[in-house]
Amino acid sequence: MRGSPGSMTVLRPRSAAEAVILCAKHPGCLPLAGGTDLMVLWNMGELNGRRILDLSGVAEWRAVRKTAAGLRVGALATHAELRDDAFVRREFPLLVQAAAAVGAAQIQNRGTLGGNIANASPAGDTFPALAVYEAQIRVVSAKGERVIPFSEFFAGVKKTNLAPGELVSEIEFPFPPSRPRRQLFRKVGTRAAMAISKTVAAGLLWLGPDHRVRELRFALGSMAPTVRRLRAVEEFARGKRLTTEVTAQACNLMSQDVCPIDDVRSTAEYRLRVSQNILAAFLLG
Amino acid sequence: MISFTVNGRKRAYKGPPFKRLIDVLREDFGLTGTKEGCGEGECGACTVLVDRKPVTSCLVPVCQMEGRRIETVESLGREQRLGPLQSSFLEHGGAQCGFCTPGVLMTASVLPKSTAGDPLAIRRALSGHLCRCTGYQTIVESVAKAPRPKPRSRKR
Repeated sequence: MRGSPGSMTVLRPRSAAEAVILCAKHPGCLPLAGGTDLMVLWNMGELNGRRILDLSGVAEWRAVRKTAAGLRVGALATHAELRDDAFVRREFPLLVQAAAAVGAAQIQNRGTLGGNIANASPAGDTFPALAVYEAQIRVVSAKGERVIPFSEFFAGVKKTNLAPGELVSEIEFPFPPSRPRRQLFRKVGTRAAMAISKTVAAGLLWLGPDHRVRELRFALGSMAPTVRRLRAVEEFARGKRLTTEVTAQACNLMSQDVCPIDDVRSTAEYRLRVSQNILAAFLLG
Repeated sequence: MISFTVNGRKRAYKGPPFKRLIDVLREDFGLTGTKEGCGEGECGACTVLVDRKPVTSCLVPVCQMEGRRIETVESLGREQRLGPLQSSFLEHGGAQCGFCTPGVLMTASVLPKSTAGDPLAIRRALSGHLCRCTGYQTIVESVAKAPRPKPRSRKR
């Protein structure tokens, strides 16, 4: 069955204030941003009869701007806008690389960062970058605003910790403590474009003057029900020199924080091996 | 009512607001140059320009098109007067079955200047298009060898 346009009700708020009121008034409405996920389901006929909250008219949530503390990205900013923003390119390059890995040009022109997050796919390509930049998700409802650390935003596959009536409004990225010595974004899919990741990685590494690890942040997507920071690996590496031996031990600790599965895109074994190879290459420089 | 322009012409759409842009273009406006391939935003066949940016029209509900500038393959030329990009596809065999061609043409029509003649950059820019005939080599050639378009006038 296909989507039936006549069965749909569309609410079109013109401001953030109006959006949260409509969202409170119509529990069960489906927020729509760029539609790159929602419309796929709709085309399959899975959303017929639903009420859509079309957020595309909420101009307040489109801006990408620099703040004293870092970067603020409106939930409705597209991946293309992030990819092409000069400030983001300079200060948050992993976010740029991740945004450029989402689908291809047509998807980047429509898909939004807020929509990507709210959709809560285990394979969201931007998520490892958000995890290592320790993003904060600003959410709003008719009752007020709150900030959820990105690490606490997801509840599981396609599930978030948003309360009913809450919408993602902005994503904040604090400046990292200093310029990382090394940084990495890497997506592994069946092809370079339009692929859902088998594994997707982001890493930031700071070294002390003695070449010991001051701080390591490393996150993987498509390797668990939600994106994961490799806490055990990060903790283990702290204060150590990144020798071949230390790197091998770090890679062995990876499975403490991820639980890859066999599915249509890949196998657990392949995912773990490739992710370990990516981590090893990153640590050994 | 939703108002926008299609190929420079003002249009008012009065049907259901959640109809897909591709269906509005084909069924309501008779612009059947735009093709539907996968219906999932994966293949790029249905690509049109919205405010000069390529998007897959199978994933766009028309309610989001208020005030937007939409361009389809029909804007690139006419049967007896093809545009430079279309002529290049004809000359270099860039179209086989032709189903992916309208979408490819639309993305190719707004390639950034930096990709001019660079096959790798062209491949990257066109990576959101699948050609089931696998005619990629001639598609890239056709784009690379097309004369650079003059800056398009905003009006028609």
